[in-house]
Amino acid sequence: MTQSTLNNAAAVNGAVTDQAVDAQMEESARGHFGVFGGQFVPETLMVALRELEDEYERARHDEAFREELAGLLRDFAGRPTPLYFAERLTKYFGGARIYLKREDLLHTGAHKINNALGQALLARRMKKPRLIAETGAGQHGVATATVAARFGFECDVYMGEEDTRRQALNVFRMRLLGARVIPVSSGSKTLKDATNEAMRDWVTNVRHTHYIIGSVVGPHPFPQMVRDFHAVTGQEAREQSLQMLDRLPDACVACIGGGSNAMGIFHPFIEDKSVRLIGVEAAGDGLDTPNHAAPLSRGSKGVLHGSLSYIMQDRAGQILPTHSISAGLDYPGVGPEHAHLKDIGRAEYVAVTDAQALEALQLLCKQEGILPALESSHALAYLPQLTKELGPSGVIVVNLSGRGDKDVNTVQSALESS
Amino acid sequence: MSRLSKTFENLRARNERALVPFVTCGDPDMATTRDLLLAYADAGADIIEVGIPFTDPLADGPTIQRASERALDGGATMDDALQLIADVRKQTDVPIVPMTYINPVYQIGYDAFAARCREVGADGVIISDLPPEEGPEWVEAGANHGVDTIFLLAPTSDDARVAAVTKAASGFIYAVARMGVTGARSDVPPEIAALIARIRSHTDTPICAGFGFSSANQIRSTCQSSAVDGIVVASALIDRFESTKGSNAQRIEAAASMARELKDATRP
Ligand SMILES: Cc1ncc(COP(=O)(O)O)c(C=O)c1O
Repeated sequence: MTQSTLNNAAAVNGAVTDQAVDAQMEESARGHFGVFGGQFVPETLMVALRELEDEYERARHDEAFREELAGLLRDFAGRPTPLYFAERLTKYFGGARIYLKREDLLHTGAHKINNALGQALLARRMKKPRLIAETGAGQHGVATATVAARFGFECDVYMGEEDTRRQALNVFRMRLLGARVIPVSSGSKTLKDATNEAMRDWVTNVRHTHYIIGSVVGPHPFPQMVRDFHAVTGQEAREQSLQMLDRLPDACVACIGGGSNAMGIFHPFIEDKSVRLIGVEAAGDGLDTPNHAAPLSRGSKGVLHGSLSYIMQDRAGQILPTHSISAGLDYPGVGPEHAHLKDIGRAEYVAVTDAQALEALQLLCKQEGILPALESSHALAYLPQLTKELGPSGVIVVNLSGRGDKDVNTVQSALESS
Repeated sequence: MSRLSKTFENLRARNERALVPFVTCGDPDMATTRDLLLAYADAGADIIEVGIPFTDPLADGPTIQRASERALDGGATMDDALQLIADVRKQTDVPIVPMTYINPVYQIGYDAFAARCREVGADGVIISDLPPEEGPEWVEAGANHGVDTIFLLAPTSDDARVAAVTKAASGFIYAVARMGVTGARSDVPPEIAALIARIRSHTDTPICAGFGFSSANQIRSTCQSSAVDGIVVASALIDRFESTKGSNAQRIEAAASMARELKDATRP
């Protein structure tokens, strides 16, 4: 089978059935990944989480649901996405061969649409007429506004005031799509605070509102469910690698905000022990400054937004402010499954600075004619090291989670001020 | 018998309900919190909730968010809160219930936190984002150290949850009177009577209702129309304190006089 005949419906179905087995194992641990995860939420939400868990269980064993989702991923979102050999970038570094999993080519410009489509179908099954979301870079907000328009949901998106400034283009896109964008001015005015506000809305309106969490974070079943909706990325990449190269890659690399694009590409490779799974966090001004957003590299165990994971906090358990040039990575928590993969040593987590990400962004523009999102540029920024480490016989798959059109203003002002 | 149980027993004997005012620890400083807490005790408060400020209070509305921010800006910590409880415990016998979010407790450890609470004279603890499913170790720690573990129930809680939560709860059960976050409202919460009745059919443990109580009339109607054992008032008192002009002493007096008026509404 060639890449062009890759049957996306089969990939989606495969992902969902494989995961049924894992999910059964996880179920016995009640939504935990090792010690991580759980449901640390106000009582008001507990019944809604149970309802969501039950509906998701029913949906993913329902042929009609799986077919509808696969159809939407193919015809509306544009799956499968190519696995693209970055020939000039490979030559430039002179080491391992670099392949880009082109999630940036998806409708709306990032991987976030995979999850938004899946959850919108669930919300419709649960007969909830209203969707809410939090967003940092605005990509998840745009994806949610898009599916709301496509299916006729009412839609409100919470976004930190600081992020509405640095991702102004996406704010306007959401409004064009008919969503209300609610700027959040509490706390650090970024993704964490937008998430708090979305949770508050959900607690108030849970009877008729579904909260589409935008990453593999939050209380069970979100981390598992969001991962499953993104696992199509890794499933495709794995098949494409086998078809094109007759082998698996040596490493998969992805940036880590909450960790959804990374979990999506990692998950189908977890049993392939020869494949290194590398998550790249935002080191901001540097890991040895307070201005970063790297909880796996520098955080400690704690509870934020409903699950136990690694978070950035002081010794008394107060959440610390974060910094990243990338709004989508500027978050003090991370999905609980990543915390587990780190602790059992199955995945490696590293961090790159704002400056390294900016450089990687420009390099991909010039070498490949592709403008990546600032988030995805963090994954690219680990290539100088990794291509050398693996050498010319090595194969690397980078999850290019989104395109950088939204970041042009930020990049321009960063380059002009440096 | 625990201080909380004794309080509810005395109240029931007088056919009276508890008034439970809430203070945010360290808002705007520790000395003010101490004076406010003692003023509420003087005003007839039956139990006092001490909110331990957290950076991300996602069950709270704007009033408590602002209070928490002021407290954190002033440098308030969990240690300060426990020290404050130890100090006021020397001056009053009113039951004191710290209210917090899970993360600060998780950092200390369930057992160590329960031990500290016992040591400073706190009577029970409310953890807003810890449902009993995640809390068996906490329930055990509370039982070992004689600290009541107060859990919440909400209008959305189904009967299975009511049964499970009432089993894990001690001291009292916190009935969330309406869907949403904390914050003063003026109406009598429409779902509270039904919720109290459902909880009551599972347990004799006292039940206090909170979220959105702000006026004497509203409290009187709620007490008359349900078998609630107490009413928690938080945002409305903080709003009163915030909006009063003048010295700290005058603002404390304004909030305490509001508490006195609300306490009257809990008497038969
Ligand atoms: C393009 C892109 N990549 C990555 C992320 C980070 O999220 P996650 O770690 O959940 O993939 C975002 C978030 O906004 C994004 O827009």
